[in-house]
Amino acid sequence: MSSPTSLLEVRHLRVEFPTRRGTLLALDDVSFDIAPGEILGVVGESGAGKSLTGAAIIGLLDPPGRIASGEILLDGRRIDNLPYEQMRRIRGRQIGAIFQDPLTSLNPLYTVGRQLVETITTHLGLGAAQARRRAIELLEETGIPAAGQRIDQYPHQFSGGMRQRVVIALALAANPKLIVADEPTTALDVSIQAQIISLLKRVCREQGAAVMLVTHDMGVIAETCDRVAVMYAGRLAEVGPVAEVIHRPAHPYTAGLMGSIPAMDEDRERLLQIDGSMPRLNAVPPGCAYNPRCPKVFDRCRVERPDLMEVEGTRAACWLHSVQTELVR
Amino acid sequence: MSNTPLVEVRDLSKTFDVSLPWLNRVLERKGRLFVHAVDGVSFAIERGTTLALVGESGCGKSTVARLLVGLYEPTRGSVSFDGTDAALTLASRDGLALRRRMQMIFQDPYASLNPRWKVQEIVAEPLREHGLVSGAGELRERVGELLRSVGLAASDGEKFPHQFSGGQRQRISIARALATQPEFLVCDEPTSALDVSVQAQVLNLMKDLQRQRGLSYLFISHNLAVVRHVADRVGVMYLGRLVELAPKAELFARPRHPYTRMLLDAIPDIHMSGRSRTPVQGEVPNPLQPPSGCSFHPRCPHANERCKAERPLLRMDGPGVQVACHAVEEGRI
Repeated sequence: MSSPTSLLEVRHLRVEFPTRRGTLLALDDVSFDIAPGEILGVVGESGAGKSLTGAAIIGLLDPPGRIASGEILLDGRRIDNLPYEQMRRIRGRQIGAIFQDPLTSLNPLYTVGRQLVETITTHLGLGAAQARRRAIELLEETGIPAAGQRIDQYPHQFSGGMRQRVVIALALAANPKLIVADEPTTALDVSIQAQIISLLKRVCREQGAAVMLVTHDMGVIAETCDRVAVMYAGRLAEVGPVAEVIHRPAHPYTAGLMGSIPAMDEDRERLLQIDGSMPRLNAVPPGCAYNPRCPKVFDRCRVERPDLMEVEGTRAACWLHSVQTELVR
Repeated sequence: MSNTPLVEVRDLSKTFDVSLPWLNRVLERKGRLFVHAVDGVSFAIERGTTLALVGESGCGKSTVARLLVGLYEPTRGSVSFDGTDAALTLASRDGLALRRRMQMIFQDPYASLNPRWKVQEIVAEPLREHGLVSGAGELRERVGELLRSVGLAASDGEKFPHQFSGGQRQRISIARALATQPEFLVCDEPTSALDVSVQAQVLNLMKDLQRQRGLSYLFISHNLAVVRHVADRVGVMYLGRLVELAPKAELFARPRHPYTRMLLDAIPDIHMSGRSRTPVQGEVPNPLQPPSGCSFHPRCPHANERCKAERPLLRMDGPGVQVACHAVEEGRI
């Protein structure tokens, strides 16, 4: 059933956390796909489930979290039910991961070179000397000056931006087809953030890798991504091409999210605000999870849960559009 | 009301001693080591207005905030509040009265509220400390009033901080800061730990309070878009120094200092998808060994020999605009 054009397919993914007080549903019916060479942005407020989606794809859900149903396919092959050892080989070889904090994703006791060489020899089966040459090449590609000397330094000898470059070099070491980048620029200053984003875009284009970019920063999404998925309370609220979603948001939540960002090119006395906050997992309201905060709420939203439906150009999980399409008919 | 600015900062400097312990210095033959976290910063904040300080991490903006409320003692320079020297007053018997007039809101609403106290006690502490209420009934009433003024319910006083979301906690911090009816609030990155939708709530609340109570703010942030929304004047800091100080409209329409231009250029713009921005080269240098002359010269596209040797001073460049740059002064850019 996999279409030939998509590299990653996520189908009806459902992630649960069993607790003593009952099972928490963290992700519910999440479906999307990414084409080769495409950058998909995933946005939402903290707790919306965006990082969790990334963790499920790379097979690193923290226990007791587990995939309850649904499937994840990479290149048409299911990867969500693989044994640990097989998944470990896919991770790094076919899927690269970049995390928010570059200091915690590098081992402080090993030199940068040793960590790169380890990854390269594990996944590409090169000899030690060749692997080291490749490691230096990778560091040069990611814009680290004097890579030949810096390869023998430890992570603490690098600045934050340089460390994130090393992490990107590590993620790219085995030429993966898919890169899952979870808030790669959030810990960095704006000027460094711009450098890292353009680096990420360049290397992905050169290697033809698909990217899933998880971030809460709409600006980063607008500049980087081809398509964007907006998440709310563990579900997809809207998916569509970046320009469509930003300029003509179909879901009231997306509209609220866009309006609450202070804009650089217009003056407003007050920002648009979404009152209230996202519900906790154990208190998600019936119907549409956004209904208590939604300015356009009507009766149906409170009882029946909307699924993603086609709206011009994008797909949104909102009954507003169902009404419109029915009226048109 | 007098015409003097509410807060006036002159040549404010703070040096931290980061030397190794004495024994290490002797054995490893190393000298003392100092970081000039804030170096000769001067500005003024008019009543009822907001001055924002922006800059990247390590530029000294939080140190300025702490110096202003007296959490640090300045190494050099002075802060005058309503015409009197703040450092002297804080040390004297009138210190308490001055503290009542300026309060601070911290960045992390998870770390700045005592998790073992009920919200009622947290907000009541400044009222009790300053002896502003008499009797438990009045205290309860005042706390309820404060909580309502920041959009919470009076009954929320019975809860503990962990029962609130990040945005609500920041409202509690604001209620606590407002308890003493201050004139001046120092806000150190008040929204950077919050989600955008919650950030909008807090920024709107801060603006409403400013209008209602005539508050003056020093607003510290690294987010230029937020600064553009809240500030009247903006100061840009780099490695402990102010490099540009200008009215908001002027700074965003015509940034003068190359560093300000760089910061503005680095902001991702949500309305221009696909635009490729020119990434800035290089990173903030180590503050232990700041570059000679203008500390921005290693990253500056307009740097010449003079920039490497001579440190530029803030000078007027247009109405209300001050900028510290040789290239601007010489008309090279």
